[in-house]
Amino acid sequence: MSSPGQSIPRKAWIGVGLIAIALAVLPFVAALAGQAWVRIINFAMIYIMLALGLNIVVGFAGLLDLGYIAFYAVGAYVYALLASPHFGIHMPFWIILPIGAAVACIFGVLLGTPTLKLRGDYLAIVTLGFGEIIRIFLNNLNAPVNVTNGPQGVNLIDPFRIGSFSFSKAETIAGVSFSGPQKYYYVLLLLTIAIIVINFRLQNSRLGRAWEAIREDEVAAKAMGINTRNVKLLAFAMGASFGGVAGGIFSATQQFVSPESFGLFESVIVLAMVVLGGMGNIPGVILGAILLTLLPEVLRSTMEPLQMMLFRRVIVDAETIRLLVFGIALVAIMLYRPAGLWPSAVRKRELEVPPGEAAS
Amino acid sequence: MSGPPLLSARGIAKRFGGVHALSEVSFSINRREIYGLIGPNGAGKTSLFNVLTGIYVADGGSFVFDDQPLDRLKPNEVAERGIARTFQNIRLFQNLSAIENVMIGRHVRTHAGVFGAIFRGSKTMAEEAAIQKRSYELLEYVGVSKRANDLAKHLAYGDQRRLEIARALATDPKLLALDEPAAGMNATETQGLKRLLEDIRRDGTTILLIEHDMKLVMNVCDRVLVLDYGKKIAEGSASEVQNDPKVIAAYLGGEVTLNLKGA
Repeated sequence: MSSPGQSIPRKAWIGVGLIAIALAVLPFVAALAGQAWVRIINFAMIYIMLALGLNIVVGFAGLLDLGYIAFYAVGAYVYALLASPHFGIHMPFWIILPIGAAVACIFGVLLGTPTLKLRGDYLAIVTLGFGEIIRIFLNNLNAPVNVTNGPQGVNLIDPFRIGSFSFSKAETIAGVSFSGPQKYYYVLLLLTIAIIVINFRLQNSRLGRAWEAIREDEVAAKAMGINTRNVKLLAFAMGASFGGVAGGIFSATQQFVSPESFGLFESVIVLAMVVLGGMGNIPGVILGAILLTLLPEVLRSTMEPLQMMLFRRVIVDAETIRLLVFGIALVAIMLYRPAGLWPSAVRKRELEVPPGEAAS
Repeated sequence: MSGPPLLSARGIAKRFGGVHALSEVSFSINRREIYGLIGPNGAGKTSLFNVLTGIYVADGGSFVFDDQPLDRLKPNEVAERGIARTFQNIRLFQNLSAIENVMIGRHVRTHAGVFGAIFRGSKTMAEEAAIQKRSYELLEYVGVSKRANDLAKHLAYGDQRRLEIARALATDPKLLALDEPAAGMNATETQGLKRLLEDIRRDGTTILLIEHDMKLVMNVCDRVLVLDYGKKIAEGSASEVQNDPKVIAAYLGGEVTLNLKGA
């Protein structure tokens, strides 16, 4: 193959430039449809971080984790407790986010250690229990010492702030007026890009290969000298710390957390993003996260007007029909694209019958 | 051959419930030797492999490898000490490419961790380049470099066996333990395998070979250990073993009284 060495990188740079411009103006385009859409885009980025974190555990290392949302909860509560009037502590976000990641990382190891010998269904059950335990703890840790404020949650959480520059207030900078969500958008974008880059680098590293080896055949991986205990714990720890970062941001953007936000359904949704997008393939997981965040919102805003138009009244309320259509969409994707919407090249090959084996 | 043996086993025993898979098995393998391990089905060959490589814990006896005891080590620690193995029913990383399989074999001799992977310092990049280079060389060595980017499971059967050997060699072993590498190969492929084994020995790696293909064993092995019902029944050069009445009885079905006498 002869490749004109110079032109391809130039084309690539033009592509990168166009994407950068699109990402830069996106919050203003979305704002035309309402500030709510900027918030939804921000949520999509939080979910991208979560899904990429879970992808390390499920997609790379092949460990089915149904309690992943627990790490998100840990990150969110670490932020809430260290930057709210609840304890009267107000630390800056760039200190709390790493602390949140570190605490979530410790919880990841805590979950990983007892489950090292479990695989598949058994691991799923234990992790599911772990997720629930964390949520129930958060719900009940208001007595005898009030740590989490129980089901009422923690209120009045500090937004991201650098000096007097607050990310939650609308402000006009250099003649352009930025809303709070629009400001957050750029912070989230930077963090999301950082996490995407870290994921790509982890995948194409000695460690990423070790994860994939464990996914493929744990006995063989051990026999090849991979310390499966440490490598699995690292997968849990890395996945958990991404969850912790995402949780911290969630806390700051919402300025309110309660145990309700961290139920089993959230774990399932994040897992669905990973599986539907294409397990183990980073672009696929990102696509899954974006679609599964946007789809319910699009349905929410279209289902009622649609019914008004067709039947002149709302027969099924938007919330119900949203879940129905969502469910149908998931089933359809799994039926017609079992490897996910954008599977990794490898997984795609795996599911296609190679020509030689077609007869058997 | 001078010097202490590379591996010596003394009184190895392994029980599964009431079944004595291995009892009182002792032998030693010299450096740069091709050492055969044969016996009828169920004789305990693979059990011995699994005890040696740390997949099973022995119920008795001990191994000394490279002048160090090898007791109670986990499989990954055994690999780190310099014993690499292949499996009777091929256990490649099926959905990874051939080159990635070999690169994973380099894991135990390389060091990059989380921070190396994220920040990609010059040291990590150099290590990564070295891993790729060495892995490709090993694929060439075993003769599957043309299929480097194909998924392991799409390789032909013989190539899969060779790839498994390349992956094992990637761990820089002192002892390469092969569990029936010629199983399912045709005569030409077996010939190729014989040459590969001789090359590996010539390049300084000792080989422990379980094999049912007697022609290959008799051709390539310096010495042979024969197991039957978990016990050592003979050890010696290929021709000595071949003419041993106990071995003939074990393979061709001896008199019942003979087995009872041996027990």
